[in-house]
Amino acid sequence: MNVDSSILDIIRAKKLIERRDIAPRIREEGDFVVVDAKGLHYRILNEVVYELAEKYKKIKLINVNGQRYIADGLRGDYYIEIHGTAGDDLGAFMNGPEIVVYGNVQDGAGNTMNAGKIIVHGNATDILGHSMRGGVIYVEGDVGYRVGVHMKEYKDQVPIIVAGGTAGDFLGEYMAGGRIIILGLKRRFTSEIVGDWIAAGIHGGAIYIRDSIEEDRLGYGAKIAEFTEEDKKYLAKILEEYCRTFGYDLNKILEHEFTKIVPESHRPYGKMYTD
Amino acid sequence: MGFPPEFKVVVDKEKCIMCRRCTIECPYGVHVWDEKKKTIIRKEENCVACQRCVFTCPTKAIQIEVRPPAYSPHPVWTEKVRRDIRLQAETGSVLLVAMGNEEPYRRYFDHLVIDACQVTNPSIDPLREPIELRTYLGAKPDYLELEESYSDIKLKTELTPNLKLETPIMFAHMSYGSISLEAQKSLAMAAKEMGTYMGSGEGGLHKDLYPYADHIIVQVASGRFAVHEEYLKVGAAIEIKIGQGAKPGIGGHLPGKKVTEEISQTRMIPVGSDAISPAPHHDIYSIEDLSRLIYALKEATRYKKPVFVKIAAVHNVASIAVGIIRAGADGVVLDGFTAGTGAAPQVIRDHLGIPIEVAIAAVDQRLREERIRNRGSIIASGGIRSSADVAKAIALGADAVYIGTAALIALGCTVCKQCHRGKCAWGIATQDPKLRKRLKPEEGARRAANLLRAWSFELKEILGALGLNSIESLRGNRDRLRGIGLTEVELEVLGVKPAGR
Ligand code: SF4
Ligand code: SF4
Repeated sequence: MNVDSSILDIIRAKKLIERRDIAPRIREEGDFVVVDAKGLHYRILNEVVYELAEKYKKIKLINVNGQRYIADGLRGDYYIEIHGTAGDDLGAFMNGPEIVVYGNVQDGAGNTMNAGKIIVHGNATDILGHSMRGGVIYVEGDVGYRVGVHMKEYKDQVPIIVAGGTAGDFLGEYMAGGRIIILGLKRRFTSEIVGDWIAAGIHGGAIYIRDSIEEDRLGYGAKIAEFTEEDKKYLAKILEEYCRTFGYDLNKILEHEFTKIVPESHRPYGKMYTD
Repeated sequence: MGFPPEFKVVVDKEKCIMCRRCTIECPYGVHVWDEKKKTIIRKEENCVACQRCVFTCPTKAIQIEVRPPAYSPHPVWTEKVRRDIRLQAETGSVLLVAMGNEEPYRRYFDHLVIDACQVTNPSIDPLREPIELRTYLGAKPDYLELEESYSDIKLKTELTPNLKLETPIMFAHMSYGSISLEAQKSLAMAAKEMGTYMGSGEGGLHKDLYPYADHIIVQVASGRFAVHEEYLKVGAAIEIKIGQGAKPGIGGHLPGKKVTEEISQTRMIPVGSDAISPAPHHDIYSIEDLSRLIYALKEATRYKKPVFVKIAAVHNVASIAVGIIRAGADGVVLDGFTAGTGAAPQVIRDHLGIPIEVAIAAVDQRLREERIRNRGSIIASGGIRSSADVAKAIALGADAVYIGTAALIALGCTVCKQCHRGKCAWGIATQDPKLRKRLKPEEGARRAANLLRAWSFELKEILGALGLNSIESLRGNRDRLRGIGLTEVELEVLGVKPAGR
C-alpha cells in the first residue's frame, strides 16, 4: 500500500523533489513502513522519516548510502532499521528511538544523543557518541578516532558505548561521564586495541579496555584503576545484551584481562588559576 | 607576602550609627564586628570597591577611595605589573580575571562621529513621524520570485526563518552558572517585553526560563552542556559558539566549587565536578565540519530556526565569516576583544583578538564583495556601551548588537571585576542564595527594559537627525560616519572618510 498523499503534499510544497520520485518508494510491510532511500537527498529522506513517524512506530530504510542525519532530533519510542551505510550524525540529538544498522555508520553517530539505542552490525568511524548524554551505542566491529569525546552523565542517566573491535586515538577525550567498553575481539587493521592519547582530559566516567594497557599510553589527566570484582560484575551486566545482539560468548569475553581507566581528578583545573 | 590595599574605606564617624548593616552587606569581609572591642574594624586589603556598602549604608557614612599608588612610580614597571608578578611568584598560577579587556588600546567608537542633515536634506522628527527600528535576523533570499495575476501578487520564493527584533539590541549570552538565575530571569523578562532576545549562554536553560524560551537564543558550545532535543526545539534560534571575544582560542570552565545542585541539574553534570568546555568543538576541525553541525541542528529543529555561529574577532575574521556563511549559517556573531567575561586568564583577555569596530567593517565589506551579504546577518558584540556605539556598529555594517556588561550594569553591576569569585555583592555573578536574593527579577527586568527603551529612543533621534526613517538605511552606511584622529590605514580598514572630507 502506498502511504497517504499528505506526505507527498508536504514534500512537494517544499519543492524538494518531484512527486514521481517518492510515492513508489514507500510501502507497508507487516507493521513496518519501508522506504527505499536509493539516491535520495538526505533532506528529503529525513523529511519522509519525520512525516512517517507521525503514523508509524517502525520504519525500515533500505538502500541507505551515506545519507546524513537520519533520526536527528527524533523523539519517541521508534524502531528504525537501516540497511546500508548510514551517513554522518546518525541519531544526533535524538531522544528515545532505537536504531539498528545493518551496515556501517559514518562520523558522529549518536552525537549529543539524549536517550535511545544505536546498534551497528558493522563498523563506526570517528567521533562516535560525541557528548552523548544517555542511551547506548553497540558496535559490532571497530570504531574510529575521538570516540566518546566529552560524554556526560547525570545521576542514573549514564551513556554507554561498547565496541567489539578496536578504537583509534583520543578515545574518551575530555570525558565527563559515561562508560566506554572496547573489547578488541577482532583486530582487522591493527594489532593495537586502542590508539594513543587515551582519555586525555578525562574528568568523569570510566573506560574499560579488554587488554593490558601501559600507563604511558594514557593522555593527561587519566590514570589506571584497579579492575575489581565489582567492575567485572558491572561488565557482565552491561555486556549481556551486547553479546546476545551480536552472538558473542560473554564468559569468554570476561575471562580476559581488562584495564580500567578513570580520571585523576574531577577538578583537573583546580590549582591552575589564581584570583 | 601581602599586598598594600588598593582602596581606602573612609567612614564618617559622625554619620555612622553603628547599625552594622555594612558587616552584613559586604561579601568580601571588609567590615567586621569586633565583639570584644564593640566596634567595627575594617580589613581594607579585602575591599574591591564594589560599592555595596556605600549604597546600602542608611546614613551614607561610607566612602571608598582609590589609594594613592603604594609603590614608587615608574612608567614601565607600573603598579599593576608589579602586583601581578608578585602574585604569580607567590602562587605559580595563571591570573584569572573578570569583565573586559583593561589595556588602553584605541577604542575606535570614540574616534567615529555621525553625520546629520542640514538645509539640503531634511531631518525627521521622531516624535511626529514613525521611525522603524524593526530588524530581521537570518538569511534573506538572493532574489524574490513573484507570481502575478490580474488581482494578486504572490511570493513564490520560500523564505528561511528569521528572528524579528523590535529594536536591534539583544542581551548577550551569559550562562546560568556564570550569572545567577535571577539575573537571567531579569533579562529574559525584559527581552520578552521589548520584543527582542537574550542569549542562554552555554549552561543550558533552567526550567524557570522555559516560559521565555521564545525570546531566548539557545547556545551550543564545545562542552555541549544541557544540549538536548527539547532545549533546541524550545529556543527561538540556535547559536553555535566557537569562540568568545574575552578569551579567543581557549575553552572555558566553570570551577567545580560553583557547580551547585541546581547548576548540576541544568548542565547535567555531577555536583562539584569542573564543567569544562574544551577549546575546540571536537566534532569541528574544518568549515565542512562546521557545516555538518549547522545542518545537524537545522535537521533536529526541522529548518524552523535560524542557526548563528559566534566567533571571537581575530586577525582573519573576514575569511572565517565568509566560511561560516557559506557553511550554511544564518548569521555570524562577532565578539570583539573588549567583550566581558565571568572569568578568563588575564593574559588572554588583554592580548588576544581585535577590536569589534574593525571586525564589523571587515566582515561586512568582505561579505558584500563575495555577494553573500544577504545570506547571513552580522551581530556585533563586545564592549557596546551606549546607543551611539549601537548606531556606529550598525553604520559599520552590523545588523544588530548584543550587550552584556551594559545589561549587567542596568541590573546593578558596578564593574568591580570580581565575577569569577562568585561573591557578587549585587546578586548577579553569584550562586549564593543569600546574595542572589539581592536581585529581584521584576526590578531587574524593569531596569533592563528601560535601558533598551532609552537606547531605542536615542537611536530614533540619531536616525531622525540623519534623515533616515528606518534602521535598515543606516546598516553598512559608512558614508554617514567620519573618522577623527585616525591614520589613513585605519580609515581604510574601517571604510570611512576623515572628518572634513
Ligand atoms: S561592600 Fe564592597 S565597597 Fe564596601 S567594603 Fe565591601 S568590598 Fe569594599
Ligand atoms: S557582576 Fe557583580 S561581581 Fe561582576 S563586576 Fe558586576 S558587580 Fe562585580
